Amino acid sequence: MKQFLAFVKKEFYHVFRDRKTVLMLFGLPIVQIVLFGFALSNEIKNTRIVVCDYARDAASQELITKMEVNRNFEVERSLMSQQQLEAAFKTGDIKMAVVFPANLNSDLQHLHKAQVQLIADASDPNTATTLTSYMNTIIASYQRDLLGDNPIPYQVVPEIRMLYNPELKGAFNFVPGVMALVLMLVCVMMTSVSIVREKEKGTMEVLLVSPFNPVFVIISKAIPYFVLSVVNLVIILLLSVYLLGMPINGNIFLLFGESALLIITAISLGLLVSNSTDSQQSAMLISIMVMMLPTMIFTGFMFPIENMPVPLQVISNVVPAKWYYIIVKAIMIKGLGFSAIWKETLILVGMNVLLLVVNIRKFKTRLA
Amino acid sequence: MDVVIKTEKLTKRYGDFIAANELTMDVYAGEIFGFLGANGAGKTTAMRMLCGLSLPSSGKATIAGYDIYKETEEIKKHIGYMSQKFSLYEDLTVRENIRFFGGIYGLPVRELKEKSEALLETLGLEKEAKTLVAALPLGWKQKLAFSVAVLHEPKIVFLDEPTGGVDPVTRRQFWDLIYAAADRGITIFVTTHYMDEAEYCNRISMMVDGVIKALDTPANLKKQYNAASMDDVFYELARGAKRKAD
Amino acid sequence: MSDVIVQHISKTYNKGAVKAVTDVSFAVKPGELFGLIGPDGAGKTSLFRVLATLLLPEGGSASLGGFDVVKDYKEIRKRLGYMPGRFSLYQDLTVEENLEFFATVFKTTIKTNYDLIRDIYVQIEPFKTRRAGKLSGGMKQKLALCCALIHRPEILLLDEPTTGVDTVSRKEFWEMLGRLKAEGITILVSTPYMDEATRCERIALMQDGRLLSVETPASIVAQYPGTLYAIRAANMSRLLQDLRKSEMLSSCNAFGEYHHLAFRQDTPEAHASLIRFLEVNTHEGVELKPVEPTIEDCFIRLMQP
Repeated sequence: MKQFLAFVKKEFYHVFRDRKTVLMLFGLPIVQIVLFGFALSNEIKNTRIVVCDYARDAASQELITKMEVNRNFEVERSLMSQQQLEAAFKTGDIKMAVVFPANLNSDLQHLHKAQVQLIADASDPNTATTLTSYMNTIIASYQRDLLGDNPIPYQVVPEIRMLYNPELKGAFNFVPGVMALVLMLVCVMMTSVSIVREKEKGTMEVLLVSPFNPVFVIISKAIPYFVLSVVNLVIILLLSVYLLGMPINGNIFLLFGESALLIITAISLGLLVSNSTDSQQSAMLISIMVMMLPTMIFTGFMFPIENMPVPLQVISNVVPAKWYYIIVKAIMIKGLGFSAIWKETLILVGMNVLLLVVNIRKFKTRLA
Repeated sequence: MDVVIKTEKLTKRYGDFIAANELTMDVYAGEIFGFLGANGAGKTTAMRMLCGLSLPSSGKATIAGYDIYKETEEIKKHIGYMSQKFSLYEDLTVRENIRFFGGIYGLPVRELKEKSEALLETLGLEKEAKTLVAALPLGWKQKLAFSVAVLHEPKIVFLDEPTGGVDPVTRRQFWDLIYAAADRGITIFVTTHYMDEAEYCNRISMMVDGVIKALDTPANLKKQYNAASMDDVFYELARGAKRKAD
Repeated sequence: MSDVIVQHISKTYNKGAVKAVTDVSFAVKPGELFGLIGPDGAGKTSLFRVLATLLLPEGGSASLGGFDVVKDYKEIRKRLGYMPGRFSLYQDLTVEENLEFFATVFKTTIKTNYDLIRDIYVQIEPFKTRRAGKLSGGMKQKLALCCALIHRPEILLLDEPTTGVDTVSRKEFWEMLGRLKAEGITILVSTPYMDEATRCERIALMQDGRLLSVETPASIVAQYPGTLYAIRAANMSRLLQDLRKSEMLSSCNAFGEYHHLAFRQDTPEAHASLIRFLEVNTHEGVELKPVEPTIEDCFIRLMQP
């Protein structure tokens, strides 16, 4: 036991005496949260919409008022010609233009039909679609108001409720993904590099030729990174709750428990990587290529998995982070308990058992 | 005789630590100059300055006629370098290595081709021309590395422990190459831990604690220190060294 | 006290493509100081790794202190002190921390066996709070030796401990080994430096994976056929070239201050003839005398097919 503790102590020395690694270990989650939370948001914010109101009547006024309700839009009234509009779109000044033709109201009243022109900048199709559908909703709502007294039969009126995330905050999507990413990065890469470093420097040789069971060498390397990952987790949660306004609706102990499960999975993966290579450089490369990139792509927080072709969807099932992502969202955002996530948890446990078996098989008590 | 290396109180300081202290020496053209000293005595620091790789803190020096402060790029063009740690690219073939290094040193294409083939013949490596260097035995690598370092007929070639670990026969073959190069007028500046190799040099300098403690022919040094061999001279001089750590 | 028995050990890499060690057999007596002498690529490190239970041999068997390297590796690892070729202690731990760590790993404390390492440790003690990576080559070797000895092993396996280290530190290191031998530890050392061979009780000369000879240094020298001569003149480089042209010599090698040569026919007439030949070629101060062969001379001789 004393020997094991001596090993763990040594591992902590290694970690903290390597300043660059420490910087990365703690800097990374903070940078990621800030980036994803603030800078890279795919929400529509501060969008400029220009309204060319040639009608200037009750109808256009009503519609403009409805538009201005949404705080995310900057509605500007300005009568622009076709060329002026084109120029404004080209410079990216505005994202959408709404043109109300003259006689809007009188057309509606007398001809029962009027047209409104919506021009959107579709170089970013997501924004364009969101804006136009938003506009459509406003127009539909205005129409219902108009028909208030004379309802059309056989109407289907959609009532939209955004569950769990009514404000459609992007953070709810990203934070669980960032959690998965950071935990995977720290555990897989750091663990594997640490083990391979011993092999590369030759200290592994000396350790092998000692009565100390090499299995404990590995375990002792995992411990500092386990501890550090938990610390990272706490940092991320603190940042997300207080800075980005994310809730933790479910049981926090369940959250930590499931996180511990992912950490162990990641450490086992790190072990697998370290058994496959003898140089630190390739350990890092493998960790990034084989672990990091799939995690980013297949977890589902950057790109929806459902939109991917079927073979890729199948691949995503192999990525542990994907299941963790589902689990975290369930706990943090939906506030669900274990009964809702037992299947995903079982899958993670299964992955762990498999990795353990593979690692034990591959473990070498000699150099070759 | 021409002086190819002339230093005057050359010093290198790292903060408070004086790695090389007021080194003053003259090295002549075509000389085999042995540069000895314990690890940590300051040999590597001195060599780096002479190669134009590190700027001195104070003092003056000219290497192959070029100033050590202002003309480091010219210095590099006129010297060759070979060390134990790095000499050739293991994943290139013999011929590719020769062509590559020759190219770096600015040899024109046709001259390079002729010289490569001549070199392969001299070393007896024609059959191995297309072999990866990694597959060659160490002794052959060393000999090839040396030949590549002098391919462009530099004024001076710096050798950092070139014969470490090699078998006795190959070691002597290596020194044959060194003698041949010296005969062509190339100055050889070599460091070594083999004391018998110190005997092959025309003159030797010994660094202890950052200072040149002795600079003379092996014969004179042995007389001066009443020693039977260079081993004993080294022992006499290095024994009292305070600086055993880098 | 333990012995080391090696029988027909072979080690290959790359599915037999690289033959690192071929049919090597020798025995080391308990408490002996045994040297394995040979250049890079001779197979010394591979052999040592097999003995240290780090690699499995492709052929043959070996035992340390009666324990088989393949079957009883766990027992061997308790009793073995191993110092691999390059510095393999923790660069970012201090001298003290390294020593403490290895003591704990071997289930002992620094105090328990301090008397064994004291003579060595006092030389690096002034630097005990310095990070191991920042020590000079000689200091690193001393630290590595302490860490290998900390658990009072029965057998010490040192793979090229003096390579790249200057002459003075090398001398000191061998003096330390001599004192350790007095403690009854069986010591196997490998080195490419032939002059260190005389410090061992018995040596094995190794080249290209095979043993050339296993004897005491004195025996190897005594077995040198014929008489070896040393010759000197004013211009040694030219002397060597001319000597090579002579047909009277069976061998001629540079050896520092003198060149060593052997005659095909060792007669006074041959000597005189050689000296005349040299004087005709304007060599000055020619001095010829018989000399005792060094281990290096013997190695060169044995290397010849």
